[in-house]
Amino acid sequence: MNNTILTIENLSISFKMGDRITRVVENVNLVLNKGETLALVGESGSGKTVTAMSVLRLLPESAVYPTGTITLDQEDCLTTSEQEIRNIRGNKVGVIFQQPMTSLNPLHRIGKQLKESIFLHQHVSHSEADKRALYWLKRVGLKDPSSKLSSFPHQLSGGERQRVMIAMALINEPDILIADEPTTALDVTVQAQILDLIRDLQEEMGMAILFITHDLTIVRRIADRVAVMKDGQIVETDVPEIIFNSPAHAYTRHLINSEPKGWPDPADEQDETLIVVENLKVWFPIQKGILRKTVDHVKAVDDISFTIKKGHTLGIVGESGSGKSTTGFAILKLNNCQGKILLGEHSLNDMDKDQIRQLRKRMQIIFQDPFGSLNPRMSVSRIIGEGLAIHHPGLTPDQEEKEIIIVMEKVGLDPDTRQRYPNEFSGGQHQRIAIARALILKPEFMVLDEPTSSLDRSVQFQVLELLKKLQKEFHLTYIFISHDLKVVKSLCHDIVVMKDGVIVETGDSDKIFSHPEHDYTRQLIATAFQGLPL
Amino acid sequence: MIKINITKINQERWNRFRANKRGYISLYLFSFLFVITLFSELIANDRPLLIYYDAQFYCPLVKEYAETQFGGEFEAPADYKDPYVIDLINKKGWMINPIIPFSYNTINYDLDGPAPSPPSRTNWLGTDDRGRDIVARLFYGFRISVLFGLTLTICSSAIGIIAGAVQGYYGGSIDIFGQRFIEIWSSLPTLFLLIILSSVVQPNFWWLLGITLMFGWMSLVGVVRAEFLRGRNFEYVTAARALGLSDAKIIFRHVLPNAMVASITFMPFILGGSITTLTSLDFLGFGLPVGSPSLGELLAQGKANMQAPWLGLSAFVVLSLMFSLLVFIGEGVRDAFDPRKVY
Repeated sequence: MNNTILTIENLSISFKMGDRITRVVENVNLVLNKGETLALVGESGSGKTVTAMSVLRLLPESAVYPTGTITLDQEDCLTTSEQEIRNIRGNKVGVIFQQPMTSLNPLHRIGKQLKESIFLHQHVSHSEADKRALYWLKRVGLKDPSSKLSSFPHQLSGGERQRVMIAMALINEPDILIADEPTTALDVTVQAQILDLIRDLQEEMGMAILFITHDLTIVRRIADRVAVMKDGQIVETDVPEIIFNSPAHAYTRHLINSEPKGWPDPADEQDETLIVVENLKVWFPIQKGILRKTVDHVKAVDDISFTIKKGHTLGIVGESGSGKSTTGFAILKLNNCQGKILLGEHSLNDMDKDQIRQLRKRMQIIFQDPFGSLNPRMSVSRIIGEGLAIHHPGLTPDQEEKEIIIVMEKVGLDPDTRQRYPNEFSGGQHQRIAIARALILKPEFMVLDEPTSSLDRSVQFQVLELLKKLQKEFHLTYIFISHDLKVVKSLCHDIVVMKDGVIVETGDSDKIFSHPEHDYTRQLIATAFQGLPL
Repeated sequence: MIKINITKINQERWNRFRANKRGYISLYLFSFLFVITLFSELIANDRPLLIYYDAQFYCPLVKEYAETQFGGEFEAPADYKDPYVIDLINKKGWMINPIIPFSYNTINYDLDGPAPSPPSRTNWLGTDDRGRDIVARLFYGFRISVLFGLTLTICSSAIGIIAGAVQGYYGGSIDIFGQRFIEIWSSLPTLFLLIILSSVVQPNFWWLLGITLMFGWMSLVGVVRAEFLRGRNFEYVTAARALGLSDAKIIFRHVLPNAMVASITFMPFILGGSITTLTSLDFLGFGLPVGSPSLGELLAQGKANMQAPWLGLSAFVVLSLMFSLLVFIGEGVRDAFDPRKVY
């Protein structure tokens, strides 16, 4: 097999922490052929990034390699000299990282950073390097590339930054590109563009790509072969057709089955209306001068209206910056807004702080970052019970404890763990704790602000099932804020599509998915369900 | 539940503090000295601790007795240094004197030479320029310095934390006006105000405390405000608002604990600073009223009487011991609370 460019044989990686040694990768075998895209799939903590970074020896000092070899061009990357590995980095192997913001130095202009990687590996003149940098910015599809050369990273959008990163990784025409979740931090439509770009460049240059991701949709789109990783081991390697259609390993099946699918439980159209939002505006003033005169407004949410029926789920869909979270916060009166918000018979914008506080038990929120929304200094039972003390002050400690135990069982947590602290739980459990904290107040409606987007797919699936179950049991009304149309489709009855603070389309879920009217909606749906039957 | 949490994290911190030998020993020594000096009356006093006279016990520390009680002639309070009174009591009983038979304001008239007199068997570190025993004055002076420092630290930290918390949590115009006020307020010349004030009233302990507090509460505002500016955007704070918690509860339960680590780390140093303030005011003569046992006044005497080095030296040794201990404790606390070592 002369075609092989990178071979990882029997690789194990351990991390030393004081006296403890934790093995994170165990006996991994991988082969990367010329010009192919190998997708390394797995949930967070499965060791996929660690495996890929070990090729360039980019792991921290505490990493040790008990067994295995990584062969690149007849050279063992693990034992070769520091000099040689520096030559490999950037020259033979390029890397794109997950966070485009933090992988560019904010203090240097784009052009300088691009040229730096040219000078490291090639002996060219300044003017030649300038030309090449400009050429590559054009090649990765940046608009107005010559002015981008003298921009700073913060002046570019996330997608543009990721394009710059790709240019940096490819500018020395490496044989291998390691892409570590390059699209996870980007909006869906931008994601699609970046993937297309990577694929086009691969066709042109014929490099091999090691693509690390947890997103099976991406795998379907770009992979030639797929390696599934779990707990530091590769459980299955095959072409996508076989992986997706007849997976051999139980874990692969589990991964594929945890793709959100199906439809929400049908809701009755006759249900009474619970929430009415009319002409909601959230404007943030732009103030200038010493007297801080308001010169203009940032219109985060601009004049939107919708209604939600009791027991229904309204999905608010849009990309980051479209104002969907701001809308959710405004309905809960967590920020300042104008317009009319009716919760049942109460008009929230005509009430003072204390009256709203009384109403809070009827409306609750679940946040995106499950760990960040739990106070790390409080035990789980205190976190869950916190709202009880405010809204039901008459309860005795025993009654409170009983309520906490009941609600923990409802959300699928072991009540015996209630004296533990948040850092002892996993991401999915954090989200269950947050749901329990909201649920214990017996709310009528909940705002779910991207509750699953920071979770692994299989955990996501469980949390979504839990939310559905609770909705049925307590006849809950949800506002589900998400950028992930697959999740939205499986949970929401009605959908509001937002862009730049305004609603571009609204309607029931069936209609939106089968007959999207607005171009933007169509684009969103196309990128989310590419290659999948609706 | 709360207790479990506090003991768990704090137990770890306490262990880490104890692992720092220098800080731990300093805390031990400082607490020892402080507790000892709290009972200065039992150690350095011009009255006996206990008198047994005529089959009866007397305790002059808590009650004034007239000379006639012990068979004397005058109705005036007994002077237990008077050989005549001592004789009277010893005839019909006995008395226990403290280790140092002088209080901070007892003037020893029985000196070999003119005051300040050098160290001798009766006055271990000599006397000051009025013939008062220096050891006794050091005991009382240490106590009043630490008490003043502690009170000032607690009060100024409390005000500073509240001011910083309110500014940081609410932000906006409260923050802007608060910050501008602090800038103006902290540029007022404290010393001149004290000088002016001392010409109007006779400053005592509480006056001094009030004035230094008025100009000293700003030290923690910056730290606490920064922690609150950061903390108020945490998701669990928003979650608490969504639960319907009042602002006060959110501040105390969810945000303040984050700021406390920084605040507690600063406290030993604030304590040191407070004591320095009092000492320097005393040194300049604008501090505690005349006759009070103060380390600063002793330093001033040392400066005025260069021929009597025991004055300045003893004050210097006590002050530098106290500050060294406080700095060592502060370093220990800082390391123990270092968040990078927690997880």
